[in-house]
Parts: sequence; structure tokens; C-alpha cells
Amino acid sequence: MKQSLLALAAVTSLALSAGVAQADTLKKIKDSGTATMGVRESSGALSYTLGDGKFAGFHVEVCQRVLADVQKSLGLAKLDTKFQVVTSQNRIPLVQNGTVDIECGSTTNNATRQKDVSFAVTTFVEEVRIAVKANSGITSIGQLKDKNVATTTGTTSVQLLRKHERANGIDFKEVFGKDHADSFLLLESGRADAFVMDGQILAGNIAKSKNPADFRIVGEVLSVEPIAIMIRKDDPAFKKAVDGSIAAMMKSGDMAKLYDKWFMQPIPPTNTRVGLAVSDATKNAWTNPNDKPVEDYLKK
Amino acid sequence: MALFGIDTFCRDTVDKELVANCLKSGGDTTYLHWFLTAWGTALSLAVLALVVAMAFGVLMGILRTTPNKWLVLMGDVWTEIFRNVPLIIQLFIWYFVLPEVFPALKAVPGFVLAFIGLGLFTSSRIAEQVRAGIQSLPKGQRYAGLAMGLTLPQTYRHVLLPMAFRIVIPPLTSESMNIVKNSSVAFAVSVSELTMFARQTGEETSQPVLMFMAATLAYFVSAFVINRFMKWVEVRVRIPGGR
Repeated sequence: MKQSLLALAAVTSLALSAGVAQADTLKKIKDSGTATMGVRESSGALSYTLGDGKFAGFHVEVCQRVLADVQKSLGLAKLDTKFQVVTSQNRIPLVQNGTVDIECGSTTNNATRQKDVSFAVTTFVEEVRIAVKANSGITSIGQLKDKNVATTTGTTSVQLLRKHERANGIDFKEVFGKDHADSFLLLESGRADAFVMDGQILAGNIAKSKNPADFRIVGEVLSVEPIAIMIRKDDPAFKKAVDGSIAAMMKSGDMAKLYDKWFMQPIPPTNTRVGLAVSDATKNAWTNPNDKPVEDYLKK
Repeated sequence: MALFGIDTFCRDTVDKELVANCLKSGGDTTYLHWFLTAWGTALSLAVLALVVAMAFGVLMGILRTTPNKWLVLMGDVWTEIFRNVPLIIQLFIWYFVLPEVFPALKAVPGFVLAFIGLGLFTSSRIAEQVRAGIQSLPKGQRYAGLAMGLTLPQTYRHVLLPMAFRIVIPPLTSESMNIVKNSSVAFAVSVSELTMFARQTGEETSQPVLMFMAATLAYFVSAFVINRFMKWVEVRVRIPGGR
């Protein structure tokens, strides 16, 4: 009881002191000897929990390396990394108010968000794809006319489908899953003929399914979205440190090795393989490090 | 107009531009139009479910008070099954499990399964209330009816039910309001109702608070209108000088 009271007091004082965002993250890290990393409970292989307060994933490991570089450049003997779980609803406010120093989840870099926060150079480019049953014979979005198309509530894919419907005059029947697992169940149970979602999520769900050979990712890339590590706005020194560290990894080939580790090799906790080969768009982002928002990708 | 981002409702759902006619429907819809459609879906779901719930609930409630033990057992089993399984699990069973057993159900839209599921869940609660209403009447009323030479159905029709229904109007009001609020669970089986609207548009427009406020207001207004309507019914059917 006493401990929980102490913890509560600590959290409250933290929240109060964090009320005013500190724009100088490097100084904050140096003074406190700790950095808080924002992580996701289940964002595919990018950032997920292993249970027991442990987090892993491609972006989590990238961030751990970045923080190690930050520690080196600050000359700190010891740097504690705290994990703070974030959701898509609270991640931006938590970065803004200073609770989270570096968010390593699956945040799309877009122009609206750039008004509130800053993004490191893009580390992963997500491609929105279509998953179907292997025996369905569907190979392109054009064949989805009047078919049931599943997608997950609260994602940008829903909007994407609407845009596509309007642009091409194709009418699908949309069915909405309440989360990715639910949407995949719609496809698996035959309630939907296709599941439109980020390629990484589709690949992950297929890998975890009873019979991965029954499903296939097909068709054209419907949209691309740059996914990046999120940091506070107006903190050029910290952005420079993070970008520099990431760019060095991209240059040395470490980024490609990390990608291979998380997307091509078996990963914990179940030791399944996501099996999503690195896309050209992602490779391109690694050769030309940039923090362009999604709007710039769509112009092309 | 732009107070609290309320202009979001007049924006097109695809290109996010403000449109002159806020209620524009058809191929290009606004968020306001989407909101009203979602509200309509939630209300039709609730009304259809209420019809199912009343039909089965009243029937099962009556069966549970008859002298025939098999009919009582049937009513009891019905009530306990639908009352003791959480609503969301019942909907999942209707939507995902039963279609595996009866493939014909796969062609039935989620909306239909949702109102049947919601209706049957609520029917068990109505059955309980109707039973309680009938049993709250003095036993002598039933005997008096039968002693006058009325058959059992006639006793129910002319003696017991007219009294019992008046007694159970207040709990039925609660149940009718609950069904509106419980309709939000249908979101879990892919029905595009208010809760789904709030979650989806909250993410799309980056205004989750505004969208949830709108959905909250819609639920509140719907439930409150039902409350007032049932109050009016209660007053209208009251027997002068009765309790």
C-alpha cells in the first residue's frame, strides 16, 4: 500500500513537472540520467510487448541504438530507459507534454501531425495491400467490385477505400473489424473476401494464422505511408542527434540487418516469421534519409 | 462556426473540404450525414431488437407463471441461457460460431444477426420482469378468474395481464432505454452504428473528443425520448383510482 502511494506520488509529481514541455530533451536526459521511450502493445513487428513489462520490435531496437548513441555523445556513464505504453489516441499529447521523449511505435508522418510534433527520418515505409484467400482467384483491386472488403475501424485504410471507390466508381461492401485480429477473422471466416490493411499487419496476421498457406497478399500497392520515430517539436539539437544516429545505421547497413532480424527471421514470443521482404520504398527512404510527410509521397 | 472544430461535421469525408450543403448525401457525404446515418442505424437496430425482445420476453414471462411445469421449465431455461451469457459473447456466437455450424447463416447480414442477438438477450430480462409482474398479483385474482368459468388463456387475457403490464411499465422503460445503449455492442460485429462512427471519424479527423461527444449526445437524446414517451404511456394507461 505504502509503495503504491509512493508510486502515485511519483507519477503525480512527474505529471506536474511534465506539464510544461521541456524543449531541450538532451539536457533533460543528461540531468535525469533517464529517457522515456514510448512503445506500443501490438503494432506488428514494429513495436510490441513480450509481456511482463518487456517490449521489442524493429522500431524499439532502432530507438535503443539511438539512445545508446545519445548516451555516448552526452558522456553519461549510465542511461536508464523507461518504457511508456502509448496508444494511437494518446501518443501525440504524451510526446508534447514531455512524458515520452522518443516514441517508437508505428506513427505515420503526416502534415497535420507535423504541426504538433517532429519526426525523425523515415525508417519504414508502409504499403497498404490486399490480403485474400489463396484460392479466391482475386489478384487486383478491380476484381473486388461488389465484394465484401474488410478493414479495421479507426485506421486510415477506411478512408483510402472510400477515396478509391470514388475515383474509380468501384463499389465494395465494406465490413469493419473492431481491431486487426477481428478483421482477419472476417476474412478467415468468409464474411469478407479481402482484407485491406498495412502490408506489415497483413503479413503478421497471416503468419500467426492456423494455415498461412491459405492466404495471399496480392494486387497493387494502394498507398504508401512513411512510418517514423516521433520526437518533440522545436528541439533541433535532439532531432539532429536522433537523425544522425539513424542515418549512420542506414549508411552502415545496420538498418537492413535490423529489418532482416525483425521481419524475415523468427521473432519472439512465438518464434514465427513475419516474412515481409523490404520494399523498394523503404530501401529508398534508407538511401535518401528524409522526414517528408505522407502528403509528399502521394503527390508522386 | 469553427468553435471546437464543429465545422468538421460540414466537411467532405474524402477530401476534407468544407461543403456548402452540410447534409449533402449520395456519393460524397459529409461527416454530419454520416453521423445521422449511423444514428439511424443505431435506432433501427434498437427498435427491431425491442420488437424481438418484447415478443419473446412477454411470451416466456407468461410461460414461467403457468401451472404446467414443462412450460415453466422452458421459460426458465430460456431466461437463464440468455441472461447469463455476456451480450458481446452472444453476438459473437451469432456472427462467427453459428454460421460455421449452419453455413446458410453466412449470407445473413451482420445487422440482422445483431438485432436478433440483442433482442433475445433483452427478452430474457423482459421475461423476468413480466414474470415478477404477474406474480406480484394476489393469487386470488387467478382463482377468481378460473372460478368464474374463464379458461386459463382467458384468465390471463382479461384478468392477470391487464394488471401485470401496468405494473411492469417502469422496468420495461429501463429495458427500452438499455437496448438503445446496448446497441453500441453491435459495433463488434461490423455494424456501422454510432460507436463505430465515433471511433472511425475520431481517428480520421483527429478530433476524437468531438466525435465521442456527438455520439454521447445522440445516445442520451435517444434514451431520454424513450423515457419521456414511456412516462406518457404510463400516465395514459393508468386506471383512475388505481395504484
